[in-house]
Amino acid sequence: MRVVEFRIDRRSGVATYLQIVHQVEQALRLGLLAPGDKLPTAKEVVAATAINPNTVLKAYRELDRAGLVEARPGLGTFVRKSLARPGAAADSPLRAELADWMTRARAAGLDREDVAALAAAVLAEAFGDHAPADHHATEGTA
Amino acid sequence: MNELTFLPDRTALEAVGLRARHRRREALRACTFRVPAGRVCALVGPNGAGKSTLLALAAGLRRSSGGRLRVLGGAPGDPAVRPRVAYVAQDKPLYPHFTIAETLRMGAALNPGRWDQAVAERLVRQGDLSPHARVGSLSGGQRTCVALALAFGKRPELLLLDEPMSDLDPLVRHGMMAALMAEAAERATTVVIASHILSELEGVCDYLLLIADGRVRLAGEVEDLISVHRLVVGRYEDVGTPREFAAHTIVEARTTGRQLTALIRPEGPISGTWEITEPSLEELLLGHLRAPGAPALLAPSAEPRMPASRWAA
Repeated sequence: MRVVEFRIDRRSGVATYLQIVHQVEQALRLGLLAPGDKLPTAKEVVAATAINPNTVLKAYRELDRAGLVEARPGLGTFVRKSLARPGAAADSPLRAELADWMTRARAAGLDREDVAALAAAVLAEAFGDHAPADHHATEGTA
Repeated sequence: MNELTFLPDRTALEAVGLRARHRRREALRACTFRVPAGRVCALVGPNGAGKSTLLALAAGLRRSSGGRLRVLGGAPGDPAVRPRVAYVAQDKPLYPHFTIAETLRMGAALNPGRWDQAVAERLVRQGDLSPHARVGSLSGGQRTCVALALAFGKRPELLLLDEPMSDLDPLVRHGMMAALMAEAAERATTVVIASHILSELEGVCDYLLLIADGRVRLAGEVEDLISVHRLVVGRYEDVGTPREFAAHTIVEARTTGRQLTALIRPEGPISGTWEITEPSLEELLLGHLRAPGAPALLAPSAEPRMPASRWAA
C-alpha cells in the first residue's frame, strides 16, 4: 500500500529533494505517516512524478540523517519516528479552537490573505521571527 | 533500492578533442567531456550547436573527423557496444507499413537475448495506442511513443534521445518521462537527452552538457554547476562591470536602467551591496547561452579519464 504521494512543483524555486523532505515531515506531523510505515521506493516515486531517482534517494538520505526514517537494505525505507503531537491531531481541542477562530475571522470579513498575514504575525510574536529551515541558503557580504 | 543509480567511476561517454563536420560545416570543434554511467544528462545548446551530430556519433551512425570518442568503454558502433546503446533520432525513423505489434516484433528479432517485450508494450499502452495500428497512420507524438517503446525494449545501458518529447501532449509526455525515470531507477540506465525545453529538464536531469558553437561550455553535475554560480542583482550606474567583480569570473552582466544583473562564478566572498542568490538551472543555462564567450567550465567528474596515450587522434 502506498502511504504518501509526493507533489513536485518545478516552479517553486525550492530544490526538489527538499520538497520531498518537507512533505514527509508534514505527513509525519499530521500523522499520515507513522513509525513502521514504508516510504515508496525511488522507482515508485519517479514513476508517479517523473523526477530524477537520485533526487528521491537524496531526500531519503537527508531524512535518515535527521533520524526520521531508516533504510533497511533490501527492504526499503521505513519511518522511525513520528512528529505528530497530540495537541496537533485532527480531533484536538487546540485545533477546534483555531477552527472556531477562523470561522469568526471570516465572519468579520477577513479574507484568506488577511488571515494568513495575521496568523504569520502572531506566529512570529509567539515563536520568534524564524523562517522555515531551508538548506538552499543564499549568501553574501554587505 | 537505496543506492544511488549513478556509478561515478564508470564512464558512459567520453570525448577528447572530438571534431565532426556536418554539411561542409564544422559541427563539433574540439569537444572534450565525460559523462559518468548512471546519469540522466541534459544535452543543451542553441540550434546548430552540434547536439544531434554528437548523439549520432555516439550511436555509431556518423564518423568523426578528428579526436576521440568512447562509448561504454569501446568505440562507437563497435559490435560489442552497439547492442548496449539505443538511439532515438529526432525524426523517429520507423517503417510506416508495419503495425505497432510488427514493429515490436522487429525489435525482438533485431535484439536477440536483450529484448523485453513487457517494457515495450507498457510504453505503447502508456501512449494509449492499439498494437494493430499502422505506424504510417500515427500522429507525430504517437510515433514518438513507438520509437521510445522500441528503444526501451532493447533495455540499453545507454539511451540517446534527440529532442524526444517535443511533439507529445502534456499527459503522454509526463507518462513517458516517468517511464524513463523508472527505467533509470531500476536499471541504472545512462540517459542523454537533447532538448530545447529547459523547464522540462529541471528535476529530471542530474548531469549537464551545454554545447554551443561546436564546443563544450559547461559539463558536470547540475547541482555542482549551479552551486558554483551566483546571480547578483543590485543598483549600479557606472559603465562597464563593477570593480568588485574583478576577482570573479563574470559569465554575463546586463544593465537595465540602474539595475545590474550578473551571473558570476565567485572566487571568494562578493563585496558590495548586492542581492545574491543561487541561479535556477534555467537561469544558469540562459546566462551561458546569452554569453557564448564566457570561460568554459568542466566539473572534475566531467574530465575525460581515458589513458593519455589514447588522447591523440
